[in-house]
Amino acid sequence: MADAPQGDFLVLSGISKRYGGVRALEDVDFRCARGSIHAVLGENGAGKSTLIKIVAGVVQPDAGTIALDGRAREFASPSAATAAGVVCIFQELSLMPDLSVADNISIAAPPRRFGMIDTRAQRRRAEALLAEVGCEDVNPLLRVRDLPLSRRQMVEIAKALGQKPQLLILDEATSALTSADVERVYTLLARLKAENVAILYISHRMHEVEALADRASVFRNGRHIETFDKGQRSTAEIVQLMIGRDIATQYPPKPKPVRSAPALKVERLGWEDHLADISLEVGAGEIVGLGGLDGQGQKTLLLALFGVLRGVTGTITVSGRRVRPGSPAQAKAADVGIALVPEDRKTEGLLLPMSIADNLTIASLGAMSIGPFVDTGKEAEAVDSAIDRLKIKVGSKDDAVSTLSGGNQQKVVIAKWLMTGPRIILLNDPTRGIDVGTKQELYRLMRELADQGAAILFYSTDYDELIGCCDRVAIMYDGRIVRELAGGELNETNIVANSLNIGAAPSPGAPSGAAHV
Amino acid sequence: MSDLAIKIRQNFAFLTAAVLFVVVYLLYNLAHPKGFTSAVFIQNSNEVFTLAMVSMAQTVPVLAAGLDLSVGASMTMIACFASYLLSGAPAGTPLALDFGGWRVALGTLPGGVTGIALGAVICLLIGALAGLINGAVVVYGRIQPIIATLATGAIYIGIALFLRPQPGGKVDDNLNWALTNSLGDFASTVHIFNDGAAPWFAPFAGIPTPFVLLVLIILLVWVPFSRTVTGRTVYAIGSAEGAAYMSGLDVNRARIAAFTLGGFFAACGGLFLAIETSSGNADIPQAGTYTLNSIAAVVIGGTSLLGGNGGAIGSVFGALILRVISYFFRIFDIAPLLQPLFEGIILLAAVSIGALRVLRVKNTLELFR
Repeated sequence: MADAPQGDFLVLSGISKRYGGVRALEDVDFRCARGSIHAVLGENGAGKSTLIKIVAGVVQPDAGTIALDGRAREFASPSAATAAGVVCIFQELSLMPDLSVADNISIAAPPRRFGMIDTRAQRRRAEALLAEVGCEDVNPLLRVRDLPLSRRQMVEIAKALGQKPQLLILDEATSALTSADVERVYTLLARLKAENVAILYISHRMHEVEALADRASVFRNGRHIETFDKGQRSTAEIVQLMIGRDIATQYPPKPKPVRSAPALKVERLGWEDHLADISLEVGAGEIVGLGGLDGQGQKTLLLALFGVLRGVTGTITVSGRRVRPGSPAQAKAADVGIALVPEDRKTEGLLLPMSIADNLTIASLGAMSIGPFVDTGKEAEAVDSAIDRLKIKVGSKDDAVSTLSGGNQQKVVIAKWLMTGPRIILLNDPTRGIDVGTKQELYRLMRELADQGAAILFYSTDYDELIGCCDRVAIMYDGRIVRELAGGELNETNIVANSLNIGAAPSPGAPSGAAHV
Repeated sequence: MSDLAIKIRQNFAFLTAAVLFVVVYLLYNLAHPKGFTSAVFIQNSNEVFTLAMVSMAQTVPVLAAGLDLSVGASMTMIACFASYLLSGAPAGTPLALDFGGWRVALGTLPGGVTGIALGAVICLLIGALAGLINGAVVVYGRIQPIIATLATGAIYIGIALFLRPQPGGKVDDNLNWALTNSLGDFASTVHIFNDGAAPWFAPFAGIPTPFVLLVLIILLVWVPFSRTVTGRTVYAIGSAEGAAYMSGLDVNRARIAAFTLGGFFAACGGLFLAIETSSGNADIPQAGTYTLNSIAAVVIGGTSLLGGNGGAIGSVFGALILRVISYFFRIFDIAPLLQPLFEGIILLAAVSIGALRVLRVKNTLELFR
C-alpha cells in the first residue's frame, strides 16, 4: 500500500446535508491527497464536524458522492468506513471508560484464539501501540476511567493507529494533550505522512495548523470557501476567511496594573500528594492565569477552591474573611461567591438533555424563587438577558442545550455562573475546542467582568491566551507554584522555561509561591 | 502499581462478595446441627441453582445497561413448558394446544431418554427465543429495556398461566433423581462409571450434581461468551454506548445477544426448577420475587446497574449470599414472618459495603463518575 500513487485519495463532490431546517453542508467539493496533512478550518457551525461525520460514516449525506482511492463509496456505518481505512479520532472521546486500555485499543478487531479474545496478544499489541505514541508509562490493564484526560487522548490515538488508517482524521485531537504529548503526536503524524497516509486535521490552534499542515481548507456556514497550500495565506488572512469579517485585535487591552485588596487569598494550600504549599492572591478586577504543563495541579487547585476536595489544608480568604467551602453549594453561596466553569462541559457543565433556559438558571434558582416555587416570570427575564448579554446563538431557549455548537454551549455554562453573581470566577480551560470568534468574545467578556470587579483565576493550556488575557500568570509544576510572571516577564519563553521548571527557579522543595511580588 | 494490585482494585466488589459468601457459609455450617455434610451441600445446591441461573440471566442485560424485568417470568414459563416436555412417558407425549375446546395438535414427543433430551432442548430454545424477543423489542422498537421487559414479562407469565392454570405436570422420576442429588446418584441412575462404583470416582461421588451443572454452565457458556467480541461489546455498550458505536462495534447485535443469553440462562433455571419440583406452577409472586432477588444478587455480586462493570460469576456469589441468609432462618428458628425484614436489612448492609469507598474518596467529583 505504501507504494500507492500520490494524488487525491478522498474526493467529495457536491455533498449537501441538512438537519431539519438547518443547512450544515451545501454543495461541498473537497479533495484530500495521500502523504499530506490537510487542515480543515472554520468556526463552530461551519460544517467541519458534519463533513467528518459524513466521511466517517456516522451520518449520510442528502446529496453528493464520496470517492476513496478513485472508487465511489457509501458508508452506512462507522464500521464500514473503518473497514475502508478511514479512521477518526473524535473530539468526543470514543473510549469506553469501564474497559481497560488494552480492551479499548483493540476493541473493534481484537486478536483472537479459538474465537475468543486472546488477552495476552491483546496486551502485547496495546503495549506496542502505546510505545509507538510514546506512552509506555500507561499500564494497559488500567481502566480508561482511571486515566487523566490527556492520557486518554493518547490512548485514543494509539487505538486509531492500530486500525491501520489510510485516511486519518483528527478532530481537535490535541485539545486535551500536554505539550510533551503534542510533540509526540507531531512526530507520529510526520511518520504517517511519510508512509503515504492521508491526514485530515482539525484544530482551533492556529500555531498547530501552521506547524503541521501542508494544505488548508476553510469552511464557513456549510460552504467550502477556499483551499490553499502552506504559506500562501497569513494567519490574519485565514482568520478573516473563517469569520468572514475583520477582527481588530485578538485580545482586549489590559488596564494598568492597580494593586487592590485581594478578593481571593490562598495561603499554604495543600491536598494529598497533588497540591503543596500554594500561596496566591487574586485582586478584584484582576485576571490571574494558571500556567504550566497539563496535569501539574492547576485543575486540582480550582477544584480545591470550589469545595470539591476533602481534606484540603491551608487557608482560603475571600474578601478578608476566612472560608472553607465543603461543597460547590457552599462555594457558590452568596457569602462566598465562587463560580467554577468546569473542565468538561458535557459532563460537569451542562445537563445535556435539558433546555437552554433550564441550564442557564439551574445554579441560581434560589434567587428567583418565591418560597419553594420558581418565579417563572423572573426566570424568563433572567434567561433572556443572559442570552442577550453573551450573544448565545439559540433557535429557541426551550431547545435542548445539546443542540448548540460547542462554543455556544460553553457560553451557556459561563452565563449560568454569571447569574449567581460571583465575586470570584474560576475558569478551567474554557476555550478548549472553541472556534476563534467565540474565543475572542470570551476574552472580551472576561475583561469586562474583571472591570466590573470580579476576581478571575483562569487556567489555560494555550500559552498565547495566558499572555494575551492575564495580568499575572502563576506557573505550576508538580503541585506547586514555581513562579509568578507579570508585566514584561510575561512572555512565551518564560512560560515554557518555568513550566519545565528550568527557568532559574528555586528548587521544587523550597516554598516559592509567594516569593515573587 | 503492579498488575496484581490493579486486578484486585478493579475487582474489589466481586472479591468482597466472594469473601462474604465464604464467611457466611462457614458460619452457617459451624452453626448447623449436623455440621458440613454432603446431604446439606446437596440440599443447598438444589435451593440455590435456580436463583443463581436467574441472576446470571439478569447480569448479561445489566452489563449492557439494561434491566431485564422478565427473567423471573421467563424462568416460570420454561418451568411450565418443562412440566409437559420432560414427563418421559414411555409411550411418548402427545403435544397439543387447547384453546377452550379448540385443539391444535402439534405432534408427539418421543418417549424415553430421546424425548427428555429433545424436550429439554426445546425448553432452552424457547427461553433463548423469549430473550431474543426482548432484545429485538429493545433494539428495533427503541424501547427502554425496563419497560420492554415489563411488558414481555407479563406476556411470558400469561403463557405460563395458559400452560398451567393450576400447578401440575410431571417430570421423569429418574431425571429428577439424577439431577438433584450427588454425582454418585447421577452415575448410578444413568449407568456410567460402573454405576458410580468405580474406585477413581469415589472422591467425587459426594459432590452435588446441580453444583457441577452450575460450574459447567459458567465455564462452557459464560466464560467463553465474555471473551468473544460480542461479549466485549456488551461491556462496551454499558460503559459508553456512543463510543462503542463510533468504534465500529455491532451494538445492536450485542444487545440482542445479551438478552438472548439472559433468556437461555433463565431457561436453565426454569428447567431445573421443574425437575426439582417435578411439576410446573405459574406462580406470579414467585416469578416477581425471583426477578427482584436477581437484581439484588447482581448488585451484591459487584455488577454496576449502570453497566459496563462486573460479571455473571459475581452474581452467582450474590445469589449464594442471599440464599445462605435464608438458611440461617431455618437453623436459628426465626419466625418466618420476620424473614423479609431481616433479608432487607442484610441486603442493605451488603450493598453498603460496596459503598464504603465513598468514605475514602477525597475528590467528591469522583463520586459522580
